[in-house]
Amino acid sequence: MGVALDITRGETLIGKRVPKMDAPEKASGKTRYIHDINLPGQLHAKILHAGVVHARIVSIDTSAARALPGVHAVITAADVPWQRPIGVAKDHLPLKTDRVRSPRDEIAAVAADSAEIAEAALNLIKVVYDPLPIVSSAEDALQPGAPLLHGEELAWTSPDGRREVLHAPSLDNVAMTFNYAQGDVTYGEAESDAVVEDVFWLHYVTHCCMGVSGVIAEFEANENLRLYSNTQVPFLHKREFAELLGIDPGRVRIIQPPIGGGFGSKLDIYPFEPIAIFLAKITRRPIKLVFTREEEFMASPTRQPVLLRLRSGCKRDGTLTFRTIDTLHDNGAYTSWGATTPFVMMQTFSSLYRVPHCQYRTRAVYTNNPYAGSFRGYGNLQATFAVEAHMDKLADAIGMDPLAFRFKNAQEPGEVTPQGMLFKSCGFKDCLETAALRSDYSRKHAEYRAKWHDGNPVKRGVGMASMLHVAGGAKIYPSDGCGTILKIDDFAHVTLITGASEIGQGSETVLAQLVCEELALPLSAVTVVNNDTDITPWDVGVHASRTTFIAGNSAIGAARKAKAKILAAASAKFELPVDRLELRAGHIVEKDSGNRFIEIGKLIRSLHFSDKAELVMTTHYYEPPSQHQDREFKGDVSAAYAWATQVVEVEVDTMTGIVRLLRVTGAHDVGRVLNRLGIEGQIEGGIVMGQGYATTEDLIVENGVVRNPSFRDYKLVTAPEIPEIDISFIETMDGEGPQGAKGVGEAPAICVAAAVANAIYNATGVRLYALPFTPENVYRALKQQARPPVWRVAP
Amino acid sequence: MSATIDIRFRLNGVDTEVSVPATMSALEMLRDRLDLTGTKYACGEGECGACTISVDGVTVNSCLMFAADCDGRELMTIEGLAASSVGEALRASFTRNGAVQCGFCTPGIMMQAHSVLQKHGSCEPADLKRTIEGNLCRCTGYVKIIDSMAEACVAADEGA
Ligand code: FES
Ligand code: FES
Repeated sequence: MGVALDITRGETLIGKRVPKMDAPEKASGKTRYIHDINLPGQLHAKILHAGVVHARIVSIDTSAARALPGVHAVITAADVPWQRPIGVAKDHLPLKTDRVRSPRDEIAAVAADSAEIAEAALNLIKVVYDPLPIVSSAEDALQPGAPLLHGEELAWTSPDGRREVLHAPSLDNVAMTFNYAQGDVTYGEAESDAVVEDVFWLHYVTHCCMGVSGVIAEFEANENLRLYSNTQVPFLHKREFAELLGIDPGRVRIIQPPIGGGFGSKLDIYPFEPIAIFLAKITRRPIKLVFTREEEFMASPTRQPVLLRLRSGCKRDGTLTFRTIDTLHDNGAYTSWGATTPFVMMQTFSSLYRVPHCQYRTRAVYTNNPYAGSFRGYGNLQATFAVEAHMDKLADAIGMDPLAFRFKNAQEPGEVTPQGMLFKSCGFKDCLETAALRSDYSRKHAEYRAKWHDGNPVKRGVGMASMLHVAGGAKIYPSDGCGTILKIDDFAHVTLITGASEIGQGSETVLAQLVCEELALPLSAVTVVNNDTDITPWDVGVHASRTTFIAGNSAIGAARKAKAKILAAASAKFELPVDRLELRAGHIVEKDSGNRFIEIGKLIRSLHFSDKAELVMTTHYYEPPSQHQDREFKGDVSAAYAWATQVVEVEVDTMTGIVRLLRVTGAHDVGRVLNRLGIEGQIEGGIVMGQGYATTEDLIVENGVVRNPSFRDYKLVTAPEIPEIDISFIETMDGEGPQGAKGVGEAPAICVAAAVANAIYNATGVRLYALPFTPENVYRALKQQARPPVWRVAP
Repeated sequence: MSATIDIRFRLNGVDTEVSVPATMSALEMLRDRLDLTGTKYACGEGECGACTISVDGVTVNSCLMFAADCDGRELMTIEGLAASSVGEALRASFTRNGAVQCGFCTPGIMMQAHSVLQKHGSCEPADLKRTIEGNLCRCTGYVKIIDSMAEACVAADEGA
């Protein structure tokens, strides 16, 4: 491929359109995802989900299922008395013992010769339930006298008889709270010339990875556990699975086949994984468990629904004065990462714009609904939706142009926010300017607004929204680091062994590019190994848009060490000081003259063949210079922050409520473009995901039951519906970033819904406070028939 | 278990005989019986296009087709397409234009793209978008898929 050759002519690979290294394999149908892997002797597993929403389990009769030919094991909680609670708050048993809190709850599981037999066996299991009252919303969960979802403590007895309380009782259905304050909001409000307050409702959506969830679990003869898994956090999972089995984490090996999409859905451990492990342990056979699409909809996590009350103010000159935020998160029946998204939302409230006084209170509350996990953007879509609506409303209230209003309050490089975040690189104002310019925002905004009452039933509008997101990791765990092992063989072929996982985002290609850049080798000289915890070094996982930044710096570090080693050897061989040598186009050259001394491969061969043989094999661990936030949520949690502004132009058919996205103009501060093709793809994909969140996707949950668990009824955006997309890159060259780059994975999905809401307002003069903007919802709002969300819980 | 049926068809240019349960889908037959795992399951109900194959030159969702109905037909899967020169051109175009991210939707979309090329239809992006209306992709936002199809389409036109 042309691009790969450039480096041998001494050109840079950075910023080029470099095709994904795994694309040819994937486009040939040769890639083996977990679904395509079959181990000798494997059994197929299926899980019996409760189907009832909230109930006591009176009895489970598995005798008929056990008797079915071809069935090798049927398990219920009684068969694994040693099972340990899993998940973020350890409030979740893989197999439920005495109570069901959600229809997806796992009651029993079968391992059989085929998936069909396993399925048939499930139908033979008889469970008797005693129904309990259903808690169908976060607000209901907080009403006095509401049934308690986790009112009992959850303890665990280890194989050696130790009893440990892992989850304390929740006597008010509150699973988690976050409180944050900066300044004095009372003072801020007193200073305000305009104040607005609204309640917003952010709905359920789910990841819809094209490759459904699945796992293969197998015990080796020495009882070590080998897991083929789609997880995004293999190293954290090692510990979790080991704890579950009471074994040393070193004895758990996780192999990640290519993954059919993650987007945050594979960040937690879910019951199906321990269940496969239990079955493998009991049957002594490899167990393959792959979801059906319906199960995927029902039993995988969601983006957390949020009821949000926002009050904000500004002065007549446009200065923001204060903001108070209350949020109520529907945690669902168990606690997964959805509960901690307020951590990210907080950044948007406190620091997207300069706001001196800010107070934020949030509660994640147990209900009988599906439980909420992490999903691309992690709380930021919800927070941005509310904040950017208020930016438009405040601008309106003081008669200021919304762009000018944002410009007045936008962050700049060097800012240390009250939360303690330091914006070393910050292209926010450039993002605002560029997106506005390329979309002709100000002119269109005025023009469309003037046509609210012109009698034309089809309206146009433009809306703007911006975002701030971590882009240099996020120090949530004790480590936010990543390790690299780099090996250069005697043909100058590089094996880059990285802790970072590839989930489709293209990290392996970008990491290879960074290494090639250091070593002056073509891309074809690099193989990336990133999928086996027995081989790859530590990493915290694919999340928080961290991979390019953290794994990238780690890879560069290892490559620099390798380069130093090569140059030192060459210096000895050619009796020239190291600083006069350089790697260029596959050769060791004299820096000033460019004279070639030797091919890199040849030099390395000579190292191998000498009696003092040396391998060019290096390791590097990169830990970003970020901080853990303290109890007050203060601290510079990321090594860099990303910025973006998106302007969306819509057409609203007021007769039908149909909102069409015509054009999305995005300006993204990405630090520096490393792989232009890859970054465009990430942004386009993120924008369309944001479009789905805004307009088509809606996981309908009624009294705990998912009503639309299929692609027929859960509408993803299809190709004919996508808008025209115009992307600009603001290259701020972050000082800490690999070659100046910052993380970008989540950013593009974040502001779409907020910008669409503002665009609908600009088109029609009607503001929508609840997502999604389906034709029904928009129509009802336009006809003033939609009730805006209300806040009906005690503060 | 249901009764089995013996069927014969041509698969990727090779005469093939299998005995399948009457209720088995073509997708299950390809994946579980014939080890052709390039064709993907992502919904099992005709809504996502991941399982697209070509039957007598027409694209179908193999999850909705009974294996038994393959009898006497000519089938092509992504493995067959990949081995052809059109497949190679498409693969190069999809790779070069960044149309592949997680890649799970890719085989199905390539089969659809192939059928577009066969029909010598319009290479206009708006028309190409409609041809993959039934193929869901969660990663790419479709833009680069359309770019790749357009490029391959124009190249095929020029070659024709
Ligand atoms: S798997 Fe056949 S259309 Fe989705
Ligand atoms: S590339 Fe992942 S679904 Fe299309």
